Amino acid sequence: MSWLGVFLLALQTALGFPAASYALAATGLNLQFGYTGLSNFGMVAFLMMGAYGMAISADRGWGIWVGFALGITAAVVLALLLGIPTLRLRADYLSVVTIATAEILRLVIAARPSADLTGAARGIGGLSSNLGFFKPNFIPEGSYGIGDDFVFNSRQLWSMLVCWTLVLLATLLIRAWVRSPWGRVLRAIREDEDAARALGKNVVVYKLQSFVIGGVIGSLAGAMIALDSGSVGPARWIAPLTFALYTVVILGGAGTVWGPVVGAVVYWFVLDFADGALNNLWFDVSDTTSGAFRLTLMGIGLMLLMVFRPQGILGNKKEAFASAR
Amino acid sequence: MSLDRSPRTPHRFTLAALLALVLTGTFFWGSPASAQSDEADAARCAFTKAEAVEANGGPLGQSIWGRLCQVRDGKPAFPEGVEITVTQDGKEVASATTDDAGVFVVEIPGNGTYQVALDTKTLPKGFALTDADLATLGAVKVNLGDQQVTFRLGEDTRGSRDLQDYLTTAAKGLRLGLILAVAAVGLSLVYGVTGLINFAHAELVTFGAIVAFVLNDAGMPFWLCIPFAIAAGCLAGYTSDRLLWRPLRKRNMALVSQMVVSIGLSIAVRNIFLIVFGPNSRRYTAASGQREKDFGLVRLTPNDLIIMGICVVVLIGITYMLRKTRLGTAIRATADNPDLAASSGIGVNKIIAIVWIICGGMAALGGILYGLSVTVTSDMGFILLLSMFAAVVLGGLGNAYGALFGAIILGVMQETSGLFVDTAYKFVVALAVLIVVLLVRPQGLLGTKERFG
Repeated sequence: MSWLGVFLLALQTALGFPAASYALAATGLNLQFGYTGLSNFGMVAFLMMGAYGMAISADRGWGIWVGFALGITAAVVLALLLGIPTLRLRADYLSVVTIATAEILRLVIAARPSADLTGAARGIGGLSSNLGFFKPNFIPEGSYGIGDDFVFNSRQLWSMLVCWTLVLLATLLIRAWVRSPWGRVLRAIREDEDAARALGKNVVVYKLQSFVIGGVIGSLAGAMIALDSGSVGPARWIAPLTFALYTVVILGGAGTVWGPVVGAVVYWFVLDFADGALNNLWFDVSDTTSGAFRLTLMGIGLMLLMVFRPQGILGNKKEAFASAR
Repeated sequence: MSLDRSPRTPHRFTLAALLALVLTGTFFWGSPASAQSDEADAARCAFTKAEAVEANGGPLGQSIWGRLCQVRDGKPAFPEGVEITVTQDGKEVASATTDDAGVFVVEIPGNGTYQVALDTKTLPKGFALTDADLATLGAVKVNLGDQQVTFRLGEDTRGSRDLQDYLTTAAKGLRLGLILAVAAVGLSLVYGVTGLINFAHAELVTFGAIVAFVLNDAGMPFWLCIPFAIAAGCLAGYTSDRLLWRPLRKRNMALVSQMVVSIGLSIAVRNIFLIVFGPNSRRYTAASGQREKDFGLVRLTPNDLIIMGICVVVLIGITYMLRKTRLGTAIRATADNPDLAASSGIGVNKIIAIVWIICGGMAALGGILYGLSVTVTSDMGFILLLSMFAAVVLGGLGNAYGALFGAIILGVMQETSGLFVDTAYKFVVALAVLIVVLLVRPQGLLGTKERFG
């Protein structure tokens, strides 16, 4: 592939649905981690709630709106169940419990006895035909783009349009919220929980609100992923997805309004470009080690970011949650 | 509880003992639900990629492969003409039938997650799956081109258990618990002295197992590999502190940020292991040819006894070190209050370095022993990590004895839970315990109440 092709292909993912869905999920995580300082290492569980809410609704023929409602309800319940016991404890407990819960949920969903509800390991398919997600699509059939490598078809454009719109709405909403007194309390909690408590704020309630809202946004991202791919299985919802979202949040700038969006676009561009470049330089890599190489790159990137630029692209070093305490 | 007025330590131990008793009681209550694997038979049916390539008459290409094998009258037998179908997201991808050596190679379009189904109707007479529910393997992940899958054939042993079976399972649980304890003590010690929850601890565990495997594979006798691999683990622990964690501590980096760094490190190293070591599971030379011996109450292999012996000796050693030696006192003092320890003349950085060395060595040993009792894979540490977390939290974060205690309870629970719930929920039990403990007794079984909020 030509270097231009590598560039355009990377650009396609960076503007397309993968980046849009990551941006949405990262927006939720950013509220929890970036603004409130909650280390939720089980973000993927909230995405799973949204995706399976949609899938179960499709399976039973309940329609798309019930699907969203199911996913959001499940996310709220999960956030309350996790948050009420752990948000009172030291921060480390939240991280251990959330990562454990996400894994439990995935295993329960994938286990054979759950087959009637979740389709177990096979998952649930046929979402787009059952839910009519692509019905309102007004974009005419055909392919749009430049050359052979930067092309979207009409369905891809529709997914992108819906998902980026949700990202925009969520981001504007969060922008308004974090500029309100409520948002200032969240940041106060992140910087110094005891000080916020000393000022008479009910810290646990604020943390719980942030946790629930972030979880709901995460479930919307999960629902979008389900709608776009048309099928939901348990294999996708593993811990590395959560950590990819952390990379996105920190890359863009944790605790900044547009950080998750910038982070998602840059994240996908860099990963896909590196993949393509590696293919160009070392031709047989995609067959054998591409996935592992990608994750190695992500892991190293996350470390380097945390050490050398914890404020990310948009962040302010003075306010960076990662600054010295 | 009525024991509230008794002195503190006995109270904690009583509570823990009660819990252990209740748990043990629960195991013998439930009805057996799933088949237990016969490790000796599995060893006789072992199949490697080299053999598969030979049977296939050439490289495997992108495929899902394996061999059907059932031990009959002590000899392996191979069913011919069994149909194996591979599907992805409900669509059939490809299928193949086994040859006269029981080997099948199903070509697949590329990496991904597949379902592999065995058509039980095509099994010749005299062959059967040990568990008919396992005729379809739900999520077979293919990361690196080709992947081996195993269907267990043999007599259906469900529903015919005696006391010995239960006790044997409990003993295997004890083995797992002891291994977990060896592997997790380092996690707890490091948390104690630095406050860091180190996700990359999993990779220290894998590292030890892989170093031992590489040496073993190069021809070194297995038991001789252990000290070398432990030394490598100690070095890895020390290096990670010296090159990464110590500079970060010097920068006063927030603990949450350090945790994120450890996650990045964990993901990167795990995938490097995957690239270097490959996706298949391997066995040490000492793991083959193990037969269970009847000891009256339990049936265990010689390896089981050796593993448990090593664990007990090492755990007693580490407990003695922490309790009775100057170094142990210094470690506990640093864990209690680093500033106070420093002002009493303890070199905190030196103590932390020593803790990292102990941590690396113990993790490596845990990895080797786990690899010996199961198999060596590039992500074995990560699979153990959640159990280690659960063990550490169960016993009380940062409390080394708590980690020992929590690990043993957890190991026994995890292993014996297979007797009364679906084996798919084996890890779920461990994680559910973790969450329940946090709800009821967040400081852990042996932890002291010092939380706030």
